[in-house]
Amino acid sequence: MGKRVGIIGVGQTHHAAKRLDASGVELIAEAVTRALDDAELTIKDIDAIVIGNMDHFENINYVDMWAVDGLGAFMKPVFKVTTGGTTGTTVGACGYYHCASGLFDVVMAVGWEKNSESDTQAAIATCSNPTLERDFFAGAIGPLATEYSMYMKAYGATEEDAAIVAARDRNNALNNPYAHSRQAVTVEDVLKSPMLSYPIKFLDMCPRSDGACAVIFAVEEKAKKLCPRPAWVHASVVRHDYTHFGDLEWTFMPTLERASAEAYKLAGITNPLKEFDVAELYLPASTCGVKWMDSLWFCDHGEAPKLVRKGTFHMDGELPINPSGGVISTNPIGATALIRIGEAAWQVMGKAGARQVENVKLALATGFGGCSWSDVMILGAELP
Amino acid sequence: MEKVAIIGVAQSKYEQNKPETFAEMVYDVTRRALEDAGITKDEVDNVVSVSSDFWDGRTISSMAIQDSACAYGKDITTVEGDGTFGCLYGMMRILSGSFGVTIVVAHHKGTESNMNGITNCAFDPLVERKLGIDAVSSAALQARRYMTKYALKEEQFALVSVKNHGNAMRNPLALFPMEITVEDVMNSRRIADPLKLLDCSPVTDGAAALVLAAERQAKKLSTRKKRVWLLGVGHCSDAYRLGDRDLADTRALKAAAKRAYAMAGIVDPLKEIDVAEVYDAFSYMEPLWLEGLGFCEDGMGCEYLERGYFNFDGKLPVNPSGGRLSANPVQVAGLAELAECVLQIRGEAGERQVGEVNVALAHGINGMCGQSHCVWILGR
Repeated sequence: MGKRVGIIGVGQTHHAAKRLDASGVELIAEAVTRALDDAELTIKDIDAIVIGNMDHFENINYVDMWAVDGLGAFMKPVFKVTTGGTTGTTVGACGYYHCASGLFDVVMAVGWEKNSESDTQAAIATCSNPTLERDFFAGAIGPLATEYSMYMKAYGATEEDAAIVAARDRNNALNNPYAHSRQAVTVEDVLKSPMLSYPIKFLDMCPRSDGACAVIFAVEEKAKKLCPRPAWVHASVVRHDYTHFGDLEWTFMPTLERASAEAYKLAGITNPLKEFDVAELYLPASTCGVKWMDSLWFCDHGEAPKLVRKGTFHMDGELPINPSGGVISTNPIGATALIRIGEAAWQVMGKAGARQVENVKLALATGFGGCSWSDVMILGAELP
Repeated sequence: MEKVAIIGVAQSKYEQNKPETFAEMVYDVTRRALEDAGITKDEVDNVVSVSSDFWDGRTISSMAIQDSACAYGKDITTVEGDGTFGCLYGMMRILSGSFGVTIVVAHHKGTESNMNGITNCAFDPLVERKLGIDAVSSAALQARRYMTKYALKEEQFALVSVKNHGNAMRNPLALFPMEITVEDVMNSRRIADPLKLLDCSPVTDGAAALVLAAERQAKKLSTRKKRVWLLGVGHCSDAYRLGDRDLADTRALKAAAKRAYAMAGIVDPLKEIDVAEVYDAFSYMEPLWLEGLGFCEDGMGCEYLERGYFNFDGKLPVNPSGGRLSANPVQVAGLAELAECVLQIRGEAGERQVGEVNVALAHGINGMCGQSHCVWILGR
């Protein structure tokens, strides 16, 4: 059967709306260099590389080939995986399977995006069916606004509940030197910010960032040798939904329910709210930080607003979520979900700096993308 | 290490202007590959789609085909590149112990795409792209370099086209089965010097699917005749910029092949391998890659070809299916090769069966001028 695998190094760029000082390949090189430094390795120690992003964003075909210089992939095995918004977790999972398969010992997974050079919303719009749904579901905000509207109606959640999440994540970002948007905001500020698509307001929504992230995976024997406290992979699960948006369930997140249920089963978790010490979740809008908590089995359907209001997910709460500031503070799309894995790994490794949650033994990371794809990865301090 | 087998294969007929949508093509080959394996979709627990946003003209291109690949409620992921890389990820996912029966499926509609524009976008956006360079013109540079380095002639490359289009006459799935002569190739329209129309693979639509299973499951689910084992694999990438490489040097392919041979325990490839499906999107590529694969010395590919080594009845039949020159749905190419190797090993290749095959080789490339290669060894 497969090998046990740990994360032994993480690197990310300083993220910004425009990184005019670096090309895409240079951003990748920045993250790769930092991940190697973090793991105290050189590129010679890396056996294979996986990369991903979305073709149409920067209009680069064969990103794996184009990025060879930045990746350090010259004369190395490299390949590309891509699944839209979940690309980061897809890349991470692929790095994990490279090692778990026993074919490679030390593998680097890399995600990147230079949104300042792309027309993201136009590209995203092409993911939906060209004749039936492209006109109605153009861009990323509309579907998210739709689902929270329906959740509000079904369970009495409010715009303020989402604003609590937005303020939480944005203030957490003040502790993260890599975060793109670092500003102290109040719930009031969020509620007063311009409406983008009801009920989602400007400060509820993620930005578009330039940046990259690299995560190094290693098989058990190597990880133990190379790293004092690897973040062991306990589960990696993906679930997706129907092709057409109109076929989706909107008041809960079936894919997240299925993916997390399977991941919890694999990791032997029965009470996620209690057993996880920290979570880095792909929440593209603060509204998801309310609605999706149900679907992660933290509570029953419709109970999430209560937990949010209680501060359960704040830094000093029962389960701190997004100490890094999350996606609404930093969003280089192809890297965004990989940053969740990287940040969760750092929390387990005790390397999260000012945003460190004390004594993390079990961490949850998720990815979210087009067509309600949900990715879940569970990392732990103990071997699985 | 546990072994992984291919227990089911299916390919569409390769055509131009296929009326089916991506989803319909994928549904067709997925269903038939499961039928070939003799299992139902309930026995599959994950799906690797091979898909390209550029070629599909659609962001998250795999979204459009996931339902028809029977991925609903399952773990699905997408490899972007040649089908050989998709198969590799399928094998990794099984070997990791996380998954059982795996579908790898690729689709491509070249006739709904703009080959020049799409392959132009594979080049550096600041400098090279402006030159208008694309897959064909960069291949022409490579062909020219190969000719210069080893004093080769266009007529020698034309022989590949004659051989492979001729082979395609035995393949009912091929797009362009043709009986042609070296003269026909030489007289065909010049596309990018030294490449003529008949040196280039056609724009093609099609799909292919494989069903993979780990040893234990494979033995439970399929008969000995159906099981073809993935014995070895290797992949490797060279530098990005054409100017940073000697285009007639196949170092990345050599590294990939070395890994695949080592894994499969192959010492003398020419002796031990019975049939090869090699990436021949352009005629010159076949001898060049055969050198990289170690079937002959560097620069000797064309001579071996002339001596008939790689003919249908030669010492090592290469591309008995007709190769990419006779049908080249880009992402699908590698999966089609793997499927052809499976049929050869099973003895089910019909008129294109080259005799008894124990070990077969499939080879796919990513990037321009074979920047990255993936080499597979399959066997009984």
